[in-house]
Amino acid sequence: MDIVLTINGREHRLGVDVRTTLLDVLRERLGLTGSKKGCDQGQCGACTVLMDGQRVLGCFTLAAAAQGAAITTIEGLAGDGAPLHPMQQAFLDHDAYQCGYCTPGQIMSAIACVTEGHARTEDEIREFMSGNLCRCAAYPKIVAAVAQAKLAMGHA
Amino acid sequence: MRTFGYDHVHGVPDALRAGTDPGAHYFAGGTVLLDLMKLDVMQPGALVNIGDLRGQLGAVALDGDGLHLGALARMAEVADHPAVAQHYPVLAQALHSAASPQLRNMASLAGTVLQRTRCSYFRDTSWDACNKRSPGSGCAAIGGVNRHLAVLGVSDHCIAHYPGDFATALVALGTTVDLQGEDGTRSLPLEELHRLPGDTPHVETTLRPGELITAFHVPAAPWMRRSLYLKVRDRESYAFALASAAVALDLQAGTVRGARIGLGGVAAKPWRSHAAEAALVGRRFDEAAAEAAAAEAFRNAVVHEETGFKPELGRRTLVRALLDAAALEV
Ligand SMILES: Cc1cc2nc3c(=O)[nH]c(=O)nc-3n(C[C@H](O)[C@H](O)[C@H](O)COP(=O)(O)OP(=O)(O)OC[C@H]3O[C@@H](n4cnc5c(N)ncnc54)[C@H](O)[C@@H]3O)c2cc1C
Ligand code: SF4
Ligand code: FES
Ligand code: FES
Repeated sequence: MDIVLTINGREHRLGVDVRTTLLDVLRERLGLTGSKKGCDQGQCGACTVLMDGQRVLGCFTLAAAAQGAAITTIEGLAGDGAPLHPMQQAFLDHDAYQCGYCTPGQIMSAIACVTEGHARTEDEIREFMSGNLCRCAAYPKIVAAVAQAKLAMGHA
Repeated sequence: MRTFGYDHVHGVPDALRAGTDPGAHYFAGGTVLLDLMKLDVMQPGALVNIGDLRGQLGAVALDGDGLHLGALARMAEVADHPAVAQHYPVLAQALHSAASPQLRNMASLAGTVLQRTRCSYFRDTSWDACNKRSPGSGCAAIGGVNRHLAVLGVSDHCIAHYPGDFATALVALGTTVDLQGEDGTRSLPLEELHRLPGDTPHVETTLRPGELITAFHVPAAPWMRRSLYLKVRDRESYAFALASAAVALDLQAGTVRGARIGLGGVAAKPWRSHAAEAALVGRRFDEAAAEAAAAEAFRNAVVHEETGFKPELGRRTLVRALLDAAALEV
């Protein structure tokens, strides 16, 4: 089927099999390999992207059903040569990863966690980041990074 | 994943027409469907995407009769709705404790109510024996790994648990569900939506083919403010319940005037314990009263190889939930 997706402000027209997920379109068709496939089963959060500003799972979204929404991936946060998004910078500052595989999903999820208003305390950050697993267990540094970035993003 | 037809509908009449086709399934958040389709446990012939009906069937409203929830409202928005948190805390807490923020942004209320068991044998098609997945094939969980499964409402044919949090709270509160089919509309108590497994565990609900859930109505009652949801699980967040309790109490001068009790993670369907409620009403509330109610709740529990701990865990969960609810300042 023919679909139109709006990803990081750009329209993409493509023909896909009806079974194709948004995650597979990003990675296999558009070369946007920042979003990761951890489980493909809705359990790990590595595929988290924003749809109309809300965090969702790319592996559980049919590409056909993602039409009409503004999709943002990790690649869309900062342009070439532009400064990093405060959340990206905070992850760097705090070394909030080891292997880095979960990191794009963590960062997309963390941005939404802040904009939703669910990052008021460290406990709340832990609870509302629990949909993103990190096999390297960088959790304490991820919490610190989110706490730093929320201030830079203008949230209390 | 097997291929399927795909229809994106824009109004209820179109949805009902497409939804009546044999093999068609409504597709709301899709998080149950894609999960089980990837595992080849479900093989819908067609998906009818009802996401666009959210404008008509997604409202949350509070009035003198109670709380009215559109079936397509998303879990996250209802969990964060101030009126829900203030007047029906048990519902907000059940939603917040379920799944992950990403899943709650995608998932609809109807979808979460209709979610399917997490029984590992049901989810893994390399096991032949599962009466729910292939009727008449047997039950691999009986005599197998069944720690997560149910002890209330089970049968010799299936001991699967109903895993959802939200329906457990809804059913406790005496919620009514609105349904729409091609022949018209009807309402029924949510308690009558899910069926016990009996000898047909593959038939999970009383929905008629193509029937669409349009709304849930939670009545107004004096016990709603003093309500909470307590969920016990293997890890603190983002895990299904091993045992949970949804409780609502009307306490007047230390005496229980009304009680509503739901149990999750331990039963074959969203479970309201009328027996536990009856044991409390009219009694002076104290720890002994809570324990007596919990004993009633699990009186008919049936345990298997690995579920021996569940009645005790369930009782303690309910006792703690009742004590916590009684201690709330409302
Ligand atoms: C990793 C993971 C962890 C989870 N943890 C929890 C948890 O801790 N607690 C919990 O409660 N849940 C949990 N869930 C389940 C989650 O709540 C459900 O996946 C979700 O709520 C389903 O909603 P949906 O809209 O995506 O459903 P869909 O997949 O769209 O639909 C589910 C079913 O309902 C039918 N349907 C949908 N809408 C209607 C309608 N209006 N009328 C008639 N039929 C309809 C569909 O045809 C389908 O058969 C978890 C899920 C995952 C993947
Ligand atoms: S408990 Fe039910 S779902 Fe699990 S294997 Fe047995 S029949 Fe299937
Ligand atoms: S890849 Fe989507 S949740 Fe794991
Ligand atoms: S940094 Fe390795 S999985 Fe998170």
